[in-house]
Amino acid sequence: MPAILHMQDIEKNFPGVKALRGVTFTIESGEVHALLGENGAGKSTLMKILAGAQGKDAGQIRIDGRDVDIRGPLHARQLGIAIIYQELSILPHLSVAENIFLGRLPRMASMPWIVDWKLCCARARELLKQVGLDIDPLIPASRLKVADQQMVEIAKAVSENAKIVIMDEPTTSLTNREVETLFKTVRRLQERGVSIIYVSHRLAEVKEICDRATVLRDGMKIGTVNVAETTSKDWVKMMVGRDLDQLFPKMPVERGKEALRVEGVSSQKLKNVSFSAYEGEILGIAGLIGSGRSTLARTIFGAEARVAGSVNIGGKEAAIASPLEAISQGIALVPEDRKLQGLVLPMTVRENITLAKLGGISRVGQLNLRRESKVAAEYVQALQISTPHIDQKTINLSGGNQQKVVLAKWLYSDAMILIIDEPTRGIDVGARAEIYGLLQQFVEKGKSVIMISSDLPELIGMSDRIIVMHEGRVTAELAPSQFNEELIMTYASGMSH
Amino acid sequence: MNQRENHAKGGPADRLSAPAGAFHLMGRFGDQLVPAIFLIALVITLSLVSPNFLSVGNFLDIARVVSIIGIMAVGMTIVILTGGIDLSVGSTFALASVVAASLIPGSFSDAPRILAFVLPVPFAILAGLLVGAAVGFINGFIIAKSRVEPFIVTLATMAFVRGLTYLFTGGFPTIFRPMPPLFEWFGQGYVLGLPTPTIFFALVVLIGVWITRRTTFGRSIYAIGGNEEASRLSGIKVQSIKIRAYTLMGALAALSGIILASRVGAAQPTAGLTYELDVIAGVVIGGTSLLGGRGSIMSTVLGVFILGVISNGLNIAGVPTYYQYVVKGLLLISAVGFDSYLRKMQRI
Ligand SMILES: Nc1ncnc2c1ncn2[C@@H]1O[C@H](COP(=O)(O)OP(=O)(O)OP(=O)(O)O)[C@@H](O)[C@H]1O
Ligand SMILES: [Mg+2]
Repeated sequence: MPAILHMQDIEKNFPGVKALRGVTFTIESGEVHALLGENGAGKSTLMKILAGAQGKDAGQIRIDGRDVDIRGPLHARQLGIAIIYQELSILPHLSVAENIFLGRLPRMASMPWIVDWKLCCARARELLKQVGLDIDPLIPASRLKVADQQMVEIAKAVSENAKIVIMDEPTTSLTNREVETLFKTVRRLQERGVSIIYVSHRLAEVKEICDRATVLRDGMKIGTVNVAETTSKDWVKMMVGRDLDQLFPKMPVERGKEALRVEGVSSQKLKNVSFSAYEGEILGIAGLIGSGRSTLARTIFGAEARVAGSVNIGGKEAAIASPLEAISQGIALVPEDRKLQGLVLPMTVRENITLAKLGGISRVGQLNLRRESKVAAEYVQALQISTPHIDQKTINLSGGNQQKVVLAKWLYSDAMILIIDEPTRGIDVGARAEIYGLLQQFVEKGKSVIMISSDLPELIGMSDRIIVMHEGRVTAELAPSQFNEELIMTYASGMSH
Repeated sequence: MNQRENHAKGGPADRLSAPAGAFHLMGRFGDQLVPAIFLIALVITLSLVSPNFLSVGNFLDIARVVSIIGIMAVGMTIVILTGGIDLSVGSTFALASVVAASLIPGSFSDAPRILAFVLPVPFAILAGLLVGAAVGFINGFIIAKSRVEPFIVTLATMAFVRGLTYLFTGGFPTIFRPMPPLFEWFGQGYVLGLPTPTIFFALVVLIGVWITRRTTFGRSIYAIGGNEEASRLSGIKVQSIKIRAYTLMGALAALSGIILASRVGAAQPTAGLTYELDVIAGVVIGGTSLLGGRGSIMSTVLGVFILGVISNGLNIAGVPTYYQYVVKGLLLISAVGFDSYLRKMQRI
């Protein structure tokens, strides 16, 4: 197969970070090529350079055998490169159709300065159907679920007749069924001769959909392998530079007293939810996206109102009406969306880590910056956050490292009950094992963890007990002997046994 | 675990291409770099153009003139850092100054007196400051509780408070026959050869820097402006912090107003008209983002001096006031444009 894209000796430096150090990367036409590597390895940076969103410091890019100098995002699109960013870049107030055709809305043939909405709608509808979406293209994008927004971005990429489609962690917010649809779209694109660059930390997906894989580590290319001829173990070894012995460091901890009891909690999206969490226990919560898991977490945490029901902590009823009250009662919530709910992006790593416990680094309202630096450095070390220094703004960190900063913030907050919504979204395999290790240590101290996750192996590997939710209700509570993916999915999709 | 650590040491650590210390400094002062260079360039240009510009006397003059706006700009920086804005500062400035002035022994106005009594000077000043703080508190309270845009809320209080000022004074200025020495010192005195307004400005800046950099209140201000939802979920008392920020703003506007009343020997109900423009311009030209969360008091000090130096230079060159407005407006537009350009560069 001919090489459609050749990136040669690409280098990129940020203040304090060599993000890419001479990466050479070749894509053949019609292949699905995985780009793998730890958090901060440089995957997104390489892709942003290709998509014209960032300049490179050195190196050449050749497309279809011709040297090109990509001048900007628009130019990249003209060259046939489409990108779906790691963080959604949809414009919420515009309609779906406008999002798809942004900057190139179809015009009337007779009056080219007037947008042809009819044509626009028809074409949008057709594109949406191709990615398995049956929606009205005129509704605002904000009304769509995150997963559907993702699909809209894919439709947009398809519509551009791109030769190369980059997908940077496209599945982090998709359910299994949506992943299926995505894969169908990927295969259809592939049949049309489109090449796809697929960035992901989910190795099972890579196995399923990709032809070849290139691994980056610390800004360098480690190698390119054929997916069929290698195993995910080999890739992990290339990614982290060693064998990874055990992903789930689960050790049984003796279950202690009841730490949290939720009784009959109801709200707009929750229907009479009751469950308990115990000291020394990791309680998993399974369910499809939209089943109310995150709402439940936010309601317990006082971030959303509840209409009825009670929350008991340590046997006493806790009147929690705000996150502040929840925190003072020893509850922490690692929210699902790190950019909107987790981080203050223009603030530094140090300032974000201590934000939920300013009392720990201050006296009578005066900050002790030296103390704060020490705390931050400790957590950066413990969670292996890859950042040039603790005073880096979090907006400059890679996605996975941002997630670790949010986690650090809540580990520092001294919570007794840690609610964690998608703990490893966008986190690499090596760091994943470390986060599981931290959760394990957390419960070994007699504290409790409530873990919401869409990653079933993770839920099964780490939980002591799993409750399953469907449309705002708890539909099952499973003991370890009942842990299996099919059973969980049955309850999660509302089919009763 | 151990292996991973070793690997990490050989990995990310050796990707640091320069000592972290240098970046630390860059990060801390990087924000001030652009306005600082601009200010220096401006001073050099003006001193080449006009020989009168470069003198200690003229610089002291600039420092004194910018103090009135500068004191308010410190408060405005804090408000803008939270993601808000306060358009009512000019009105608060006037109300506080007429209230304080009318309480001062020896004050006189053609209007039928509303406050028939006087207080010792320090208490009269304190009363003025409290009036300013009260206006700020009301602003903050409405903004925090109602979630109406700060722009709208303070536009309303701007009109409302100006109206109160006219009602209170009947439209007449308050003058002094004679002015008590202590009050005279407040705006016209000198300390160590520096005019008192400049001293007050310097003190307010020092306290402002301390608040924003060294207190949990200051940290919360940046956090709220940077991401209000994340701050709330981190247990920051968003409403209370906002109320405190606007209250502080009100008190500082009052302080400015009272200083000016002392300097010019009269409290005018029309004082402070359009000051909100100068104050906000100082903040924005310094580089503090109107979206909140980014900027600093020191940037604002630079911004205020940039404005002061420009209008001083234009005055020396004999440029009429009307043109000065045009220049100020252009500068403000460029600063806002530059800010959004920087954000665009940073985003993706
Ligand atoms: N704008 C920026 N300013 C400074 N440093 C940056 C910037 N963008 C990326 N970096 C740094 O470059 C390195 C590579 O980042 P990149 O986002 O490419 O990682 P990644 O491989 O996509 O990681 P992840 O799996 O976590 O998404 C990281 O160390 C990151 O902190
Ligand atoms: Mg990335």
